[in-house]
Amino acid sequence: MARKPDLLPGTLDMLILKTLTRGALHGYGIAASIKRVSDEVLTVEEGSLYPALQRLLLQGWVKAEWKMTDTNRRARYYTLTAAGRKQLGLELSQFEQMISAIGRVLQDA
Amino acid sequence: MNWLTRILRQFGFLAHRDQVNRELEEEMSYHCAQTEREFIAQGMSPNEARYTAARQFGNEARLRDESAQTTGLRLESIFRDLRFALRQLRRNPGFALTATLVLTLGMGAAIAIFSFVDAALIQPLPYTQPARLAMLYESNSLGPHFHLSYLDYVDYQNRSTVFQSLNAFGAFGYMLQTPEGPQPVHGTRVTAGFFRTLGVTPVLGRDFRADDDRPSAPRVALISYAAWQRRFAGRANVLGQTVNLDGNPVSIIGVLPRSFHFAPAEPSEFWGTERPDSQCEKIRGCHNLIGVARLRRGASFAAANADVERIGSALAQQYPGDDHGRGAILTELVADILGNIRPILLMLLAGAALLLLIAAVNVSSLLLVRTERRRREMAVRGALGASFSRLVVQFLAEGTALAAFAGLLGTAAAWIFTRLILSLIPKDILDSMPYLNTVGIHAHALVFAGVVAVLSALIFSLLPTLRIANNDLRNGLSEDGRGSSGTVWRRFGSNLVVVELAMAMILLVGAGLLGKSFYRLLHVDTGLNVDRLATLQVSGTVKSGTAQQWVSFERHLHDTLAPLPGVRSAAIASEAPLGDGDGSSNFRIVGRSWPIDHNEVIIRDVSAGYFSTLETRLLRGRYFGDEEDQSRPRVVVINRQLAATYFPGENPIGQRIYIEGDQDKAMEIVGIVDNIQEGQPDAAAQAAMYRPRNQDPNSPTEGFTVILRSGQAEDAVLGTAAGAIHTADPTLAISNPATMLQRLHDSPSASLHRVSAWLVGGFAALALLLSVVGLYGVIAYSVSHRTREIGLRIALGAQRSTVYRLILREAAWLAAGGIGAGLLGSLTATTLLSKLLFQVHSWDVATLVAVAVTLAAAALLASFLPARRAASVNPTEALHAE
Repeated sequence: MARKPDLLPGTLDMLILKTLTRGALHGYGIAASIKRVSDEVLTVEEGSLYPALQRLLLQGWVKAEWKMTDTNRRARYYTLTAAGRKQLGLELSQFEQMISAIGRVLQDA
Repeated sequence: MNWLTRILRQFGFLAHRDQVNRELEEEMSYHCAQTEREFIAQGMSPNEARYTAARQFGNEARLRDESAQTTGLRLESIFRDLRFALRQLRRNPGFALTATLVLTLGMGAAIAIFSFVDAALIQPLPYTQPARLAMLYESNSLGPHFHLSYLDYVDYQNRSTVFQSLNAFGAFGYMLQTPEGPQPVHGTRVTAGFFRTLGVTPVLGRDFRADDDRPSAPRVALISYAAWQRRFAGRANVLGQTVNLDGNPVSIIGVLPRSFHFAPAEPSEFWGTERPDSQCEKIRGCHNLIGVARLRRGASFAAANADVERIGSALAQQYPGDDHGRGAILTELVADILGNIRPILLMLLAGAALLLLIAAVNVSSLLLVRTERRRREMAVRGALGASFSRLVVQFLAEGTALAAFAGLLGTAAAWIFTRLILSLIPKDILDSMPYLNTVGIHAHALVFAGVVAVLSALIFSLLPTLRIANNDLRNGLSEDGRGSSGTVWRRFGSNLVVVELAMAMILLVGAGLLGKSFYRLLHVDTGLNVDRLATLQVSGTVKSGTAQQWVSFERHLHDTLAPLPGVRSAAIASEAPLGDGDGSSNFRIVGRSWPIDHNEVIIRDVSAGYFSTLETRLLRGRYFGDEEDQSRPRVVVINRQLAATYFPGENPIGQRIYIEGDQDKAMEIVGIVDNIQEGQPDAAAQAAMYRPRNQDPNSPTEGFTVILRSGQAEDAVLGTAAGAIHTADPTLAISNPATMLQRLHDSPSASLHRVSAWLVGGFAALALLLSVVGLYGVIAYSVSHRTREIGLRIALGAQRSTVYRLILREAAWLAAGGIGAGLLGSLTATTLLSKLLFQVHSWDVATLVAVAVTLAAAALLASFLPARRAASVNPTEALHAE
């Protein structure tokens, strides 16, 4: 079986931020969402998810608060902040630049 | 501002560390539960689901740690390591105490000596650009550093081209009139531009003006800061007040700064003007001044020296009577003031630094011993994922904790040491080194302490780290991981211990010799009985009366002093014994011709009761009596040295001698007294003669010394005697009350002995402590390595005594090596001391043997504990595991 492609390094933050534009989610929800939207191609390891979330918290791009879930348990929900939105825009444009540059190199037959 | 808010947020996380951890835990367990539910929904069994979810999550604890680490500061883990280190230290109180003690003493000694070096060599002298200042002396046939005369000074000033300014000073003191009577005070006469040359401005009032030292100007003076505080209570109205100095009213115009001092003239309280109105200044041959100059910008010392030499020889030719054979010499002021303190201090600092280095290595070896025992723990930690750098941080934390603690205690110890050292130096000598006033634990010393502590911490952590690094952590878990590095360290440790023992031996021998010499010095035969003897110096200002009046005054003084309570007998002399050994002249013997140029003899004019009061020994003939005054034939008592040198093999009694130039005052020798020590306790015997005061009366203003033999407490007698003298003549000034024992103990040579003995003794004690600790460390290390071997031996039937012997033999070899090397070293090193030793050989056998025995005993003590631990090894335990 072909090895599942690893996440491109440095893109995890961007994916998390983008996922949160659709609304507040807890950690599990973020990982599930990414997996679902990418058609199971991208799986976020828990080992990378939580350190990433802490990092985003530290930078002030997301904020977190505890809420009750529908299963009557407490979970921590993350929401995007204004700074986070700006950061997302930045990272998206950088990513676009990168992709088009790679594309040009590959097309240069 | 982004990074600022980030840092603040980090601190926030740090503050709520526990809460953050808990929240992460809860969050992740929720995630895990959700994953589990998902698996169950996909069809797994509950158990399998839980298992898979947990495994997928990985090591939750480590994940939590990692997440927390992204937000936490590095500090967190360091705090944890520090706490662990402190706990480790507390669990081994023996080690902690020893290490702290060794380090504290070593650091304390180094910091204390550094504070002396700082005060004397690093802190600048209180003058502007002190490197450009020079002292001007005249040289003559006797030596290079002699005084100038006023007229010569004026000529130098007019003729020199290299000086920005030249001034002069004469530190002869003043007689201050106080309500209680005249009192001699320390003071200096300076020319008007003196303080400007030095670059010193008064902190109150004004400096001298250029015309203040003219003969017609009103007399003015500056006072030292200390004098201002002591005599005028630091009041601002001191300006304009008048004091009576040497019979003249002098107005105080300013106060010198607190930090000001001038070593050649200290401890001066009054600084008056040097004016050319007294007899001495009018005579070119009267040399009483020393010059102080600031070099012109761009002029070098060599050029300046050449210039003054030129002027000096010109003056010698121009005034052959007064300046014959005189030249001029220029020295750097800073070098003059510091003298040869610089090499002594630097040597002491090097010694202390060396001892501190050895102390640090010692403590690391102790740390290493403990590390050996913790090798398994290290290996397990490594297996559990602790990176190498984490282990290094652990060692660093331990080392830092130790170094920081020892640094604090060491600074406190240094303060105590500086006070102790200062208390060893008598006041007179301290006064001549005023730069030592600022000795203390100030900014520089604190920085030094910090540097020392940091370096020590590095040494402690480095050495165990190297040891562990060389040894593969894996080996520790398996069998006896005795790598080759272990032997290297052992050999290094053993060599170091031998060096330490040798050093300790050399220092102990030095201290022993100095101590013995000091003891001999204090108990030297001075030719008199020094116990319960008190002296007072008397001087006056008003010269009046006839010789007859002076004689009867002294007789009256005798009659007043002798019956005082506590006084057994009283005497008067021109100078008391155990002084400078000055006051000599040339003499001739009647009827002999003299091929020799100089027959120097010390001359003392003493009262009849002098010999009995001092309890001297009469060798031949008789002493003179009080009735032998100017109406009777002149007589003199000579000492044994004079008799032996100038009347060898004959009887001097009855022969006549006279002072050179006084042929008509020839005196008949009536007695020979055993040598009385007129100079320093260790000075060689000098020829001396004792004339009756009544036959050569001096005015009381010439000054004399009163000597009293007391029944009990000498100091009490001094007070009553001073009062009696004052009553007899209120115009006389009484000063320098001292007991003969004090004169002996505070003499420069005794003080030098005392300070050296204590300093070397202190170093020796530290070196001994280090050797003991070092030896312990090496033996303990070797025992911890040989635990299995010892266990085997015991299991095979070896007795405890055999094990003891085994360990002690190793120690004995090291000790023997150290003592042997030390013996050789002592014999060479103590030849350096031979100049200082008094009546003690540098190869004094008793001292060498005593020190060797002491070291052997110390070595035995040091190795006893590890030997006992070795002997009590449980063989089964040792054989099974380490």
